[in-house]
Amino acid sequence: MIPFRVSVVAAIAAIIFLLVIFELIRSRKLQERYALLWLITGGVILLLSVWRDALRLVAEQIGIAYPPSALFVVGFLFILAVLLHYSTVISELAERNVMLAQDIALLEERLRMQEAHPAEERAQGA
Amino acid sequence: MTEADQTPPKRQIAIVPALNEAATIGRVIQEIRAADPAFEIVVVDDGSDDGTGAVAEAAGARLLILPFNLGIGGAVQTGFRYALTNGFDVAVQIDGDGQHDSSQLRVILEPLIAGEADLVIGSRYAGVGTYRARGMRRVGQRLFASIVSLLIRQPLTDTSSSFRALNRRSLSLFAADYPHGFLETVEATVLAGKYRLRIKEVPVTMRERETGSTSLTIPLSLFYSAKVLLAVFVSMFRRPALRLEEEP
Repeated sequence: MIPFRVSVVAAIAAIIFLLVIFELIRSRKLQERYALLWLITGGVILLLSVWRDALRLVAEQIGIAYPPSALFVVGFLFILAVLLHYSTVISELAERNVMLAQDIALLEERLRMQEAHPAEERAQGA
Repeated sequence: MTEADQTPPKRQIAIVPALNEAATIGRVIQEIRAADPAFEIVVVDDGSDDGTGAVAEAAGARLLILPFNLGIGGAVQTGFRYALTNGFDVAVQIDGDGQHDSSQLRVILEPLIAGEADLVIGSRYAGVGTYRARGMRRVGQRLFASIVSLLIRQPLTDTSSSFRALNRRSLSLFAADYPHGFLETVEATVLAGKYRLRIKEVPVTMRERETGSTSLTIPLSLFYSAKVLLAVFVSMFRRPALRLEEEP
C-alpha cells in the first residue's frame, strides 16, 4: 500500500534535513540542546520511511487508510513539540530580559549617585 | 500607642513610572512634595524619548532609566526593587501623567501606617470622586473587579487602579514576582490575594487625564484582557514561587 517512490523521496528528504541540522551544529549556528528535538524529528521520519512495515503498522493502529499520511501525522506532532519547546524558551528569555533591564537601571542609578556624592557611598548602599 | 510614637518615622517612597510624560512629570513631582515632604520620589523612565528623565531629575527626583521599554508592569517592578533594596518601609505607586491626585496620598497611606493592610488600593469607584471610565473600559473594569473579588474572596470595586500603596511585605512579593505589560494591577491583586497579603481598598478621587490619551488601542486592549484572564485563571492552579516571611 505504500508506493515505493514515496518511501524513497521521504527518506531522501529526511537525510537532507538531518545533514542540514548537522551542518548548522557544526558551524555553531545551532546549539546542540535546541538541535536535539529536530534531530529526533528527522530521525523518526527517516526511520518510518525506510522501515515500511513499521509505518504500515502505525497507520493501521491509528486507523489511517493511506500509510504515507501517517508520516505527515508523525512529522506534524514533532513539529508541534519543537514549536512549543521554543515558546517556553522564548518565555524564559523574555523573563530574563526584563530582569536584566531592571538590573541595568538599578545599577546605573547607583553608579550615578556614587559619582555625584562619592563620600556618601555608604548611605547609598544598604 | 506610646510605643508607636517612639519608633522612627517610616521611610516613604513614591514610585512614578513614566513613559513620555515630560509635560506633566515635573508638576506630579512638585505635587507629591507639596502633599508630603517626607516622600522620596523615584521616577522610572520606561524608555522615553521626550526628555522625561531630565525633567524628573531637574525636579529633584531619583531616576531609574530602563535601557528599553518594558511596559508598565516591568517598569513599576523596577521601582519596587529599588524601594526594597534601599530600605524603604512604604511605597506608593503613582502615575506620571497627573491622573492620580497627590492630596489623596494620606488617605492611601493610612491603612499601611496603621498596620491594617499590606496592600492598599485607591479605588475610583468606592464612593468618592466623580471619575468614571466610559463604555467598554468601564465594562472591562467591572468584569475584572468581579472576577478578582470572586477569586480572592474579598469584595473590591477597582482592580485596575494603579494608585496603590505597599508595605515591605507586598514589596518583597512584587519585587520578586510581578506581571508584565498592561493591566498588570489586576493580576497583581490576585497574586497578592494568593499570598494572603491583607488588601484594603480606600476610596480616592482621581482626575481626568491631563494630556494625551490612553496608550491602548482596541486590539491591544483585547489582547491584554485575554492575557490577564488567562493569567488570572492559571494563577489559581499555580504553586507559589516564593515564600513570604510571616508578618512581624
